[in-house]
Amino acid sequence: MAVLNALIEAAGLEKTYPARDRKGTAFRAVAGVDFQVHRGEAFGFLGPNGAGKSSTMRMLAGVSAPTAGTLRILGLDPVADGRRVRARLGVVPQDDSLDTQLTVEENLLVYGLYFGLSRRAVRARAGELLEFARLEDKAGERVEHLSGGMRRRLTIARALINEPEILLLDEPTTGLDPQARHVLWDRLFRLKQDGVTLILTTHYMDEAEQLCDRLVVMDKGLIADEGSPRELIERHVTREVLELRFPPGEHEEVGRKLGDQVEVLPDRLLWYADDGEQALAQATEAGVRPLTALVRRTGLEDVFLRLTGRSLTD
Amino acid sequence: MAFRALAYWLVRYRRTWRGTIVVSVANPILFLLAIGAGLGTLVEGTVEGASYLAFFAPGLLAAATLQNAFVEAGFKVNSALRRERIYSTAAATPLEPGHILAGHLMFITLRLMLSAAAFVVVMALFGLTGSVGVALAVTLAATLTGLAFAAPLAAWAVTVSDFPQLNTVFRFVVMPMYLFSGTFFSVTQLPGPLRAVAYALPLWHGVDLCRALALGTATPGTSLLHAGYLTLCCVAGVLVARVTFRRCLHA
Ligand SMILES: Nc1ncnc2c1ncn2[C@@H]1O[C@H](COP(=O)(O)OP(=O)(O)O)[C@@H](O)[C@H]1O
Ligand SMILES: [Mg+2]
Repeated sequence: MAVLNALIEAAGLEKTYPARDRKGTAFRAVAGVDFQVHRGEAFGFLGPNGAGKSSTMRMLAGVSAPTAGTLRILGLDPVADGRRVRARLGVVPQDDSLDTQLTVEENLLVYGLYFGLSRRAVRARAGELLEFARLEDKAGERVEHLSGGMRRRLTIARALINEPEILLLDEPTTGLDPQARHVLWDRLFRLKQDGVTLILTTHYMDEAEQLCDRLVVMDKGLIADEGSPRELIERHVTREVLELRFPPGEHEEVGRKLGDQVEVLPDRLLWYADDGEQALAQATEAGVRPLTALVRRTGLEDVFLRLTGRSLTD
Repeated sequence: MAFRALAYWLVRYRRTWRGTIVVSVANPILFLLAIGAGLGTLVEGTVEGASYLAFFAPGLLAAATLQNAFVEAGFKVNSALRRERIYSTAAATPLEPGHILAGHLMFITLRLMLSAAAFVVVMALFGLTGSVGVALAVTLAATLTGLAFAAPLAAWAVTVSDFPQLNTVFRFVVMPMYLFSGTFFSVTQLPGPLRAVAYALPLWHGVDLCRALALGTATPGTSLLHAGYLTLCCVAGVLVARVTFRRCLHA
């Protein structure tokens, strides 16, 4: 059974934050989610800001106790056995938490010491890790002088210091330029090939499509659906989509004219169809005159839209 | 495990220790020079049986340690959690919040002790400490005074989400305590009710302990009372901090 060798099993997992002050109200950021992650796979949480991705990741990292449900990581309870669980995980938090006053090497050193490695062991491992992160020539450089992409790679290198079985990456490429993202994706591919289980969150559909074997679509603390990128696309959307743009204010009206098969967004209409060109011909026949019309392949962005009625990044 | 957390602070301190030592030495020199040559000559006769400078110096030492404690355990604890994310980085490793707290408090103790020692060396240059034994005792007393504040401050600062709140407390809690704990004048000069308040302030116990040790007027009874009171503040602070650190680091 697949369940037997699941590295991570979550059932009915919830996280409710207490009110920040007397006037505030408690907030349920994760509202009961079930998922399993298997050894060697790259598993993703795709969802917009506020979906509860980071809250879920912190529970997986053993630094945030679930308020309800069950969670097993590597067969252990991350609350009762937090120390043992964390010893076998690598964590790349959403916000870089490197010490900018210290050098690249010192950052690795103090982190290695946290895991109980000797100075000598860290030094030996640091060479490999810096090579992996393509930072060989930056060892003595202070982190404040590194670019965003370099810092991100260093954070990943640091998370690998204890040779973790599972690497948790919270929005690994948010805020990076396209080139830096590709370098980072390439490094993550390599890790996956080395057998490290990757768990990542993202609100970029291309990242989810590139990196994830399997993912869950998350919105408002709940999982809307689960599957491989291909499966999700096949399950929820047609092969192609026709994007139509009109002058401001006309979208609603045209939407009503074209009927149920179209999604009306503030800036455009989306017509899901297996043959986009044919849909365009139909629209033209119906007397619709868009400013621009574009036929493209559907992606996870469209899946998200179909599942939640909202777009991923707004 | 706590030593792993301490190691981090030491690696970091390697970059800045020279500057902090210079500050810890220069500050008391300037103060004692100004007071000794300036204000001290205006004060006629003796205060509590000592020259004003000899009276003032140990009081200032205790008060300066409080100020250091506020910087190290107030501002830096808060920034270690919120701004620099030093704590969350450590919390992702096998360290528990209690280890992270203990490591940081050990480092704070070291910092307070180094500053106090630098101050005491300056006092010695002014001929204000008797023997090496007295100098050591005063250094330890000042460090204990600092810890009596550092532990409760850390317990509270880790929970503060709004940084300016720290400044407010500094201005309206720390500064009055600084002024009314017998640092600049003997609390016996205060009117009755205010004097009772001063006696309840931990800083007064620190000031009086340091002063009595430096002036050689310490009695075992009062010294134990002072040290006991300060230790109590420290222990209570650590116990509360263990709870608040867990709550804030494992949110
Ligand atoms: N410590 C906290 N206390 C209270 N609310 C929180 C806390 N952390 C996150 N939240 C809230 O929980 C919701 C989900 O946040 P998060 O898990 O960070 O989502 P995501 O990573 O998907 O953007 C947000 O509305 C956020 O404001
Ligand atoms: Mg997040």
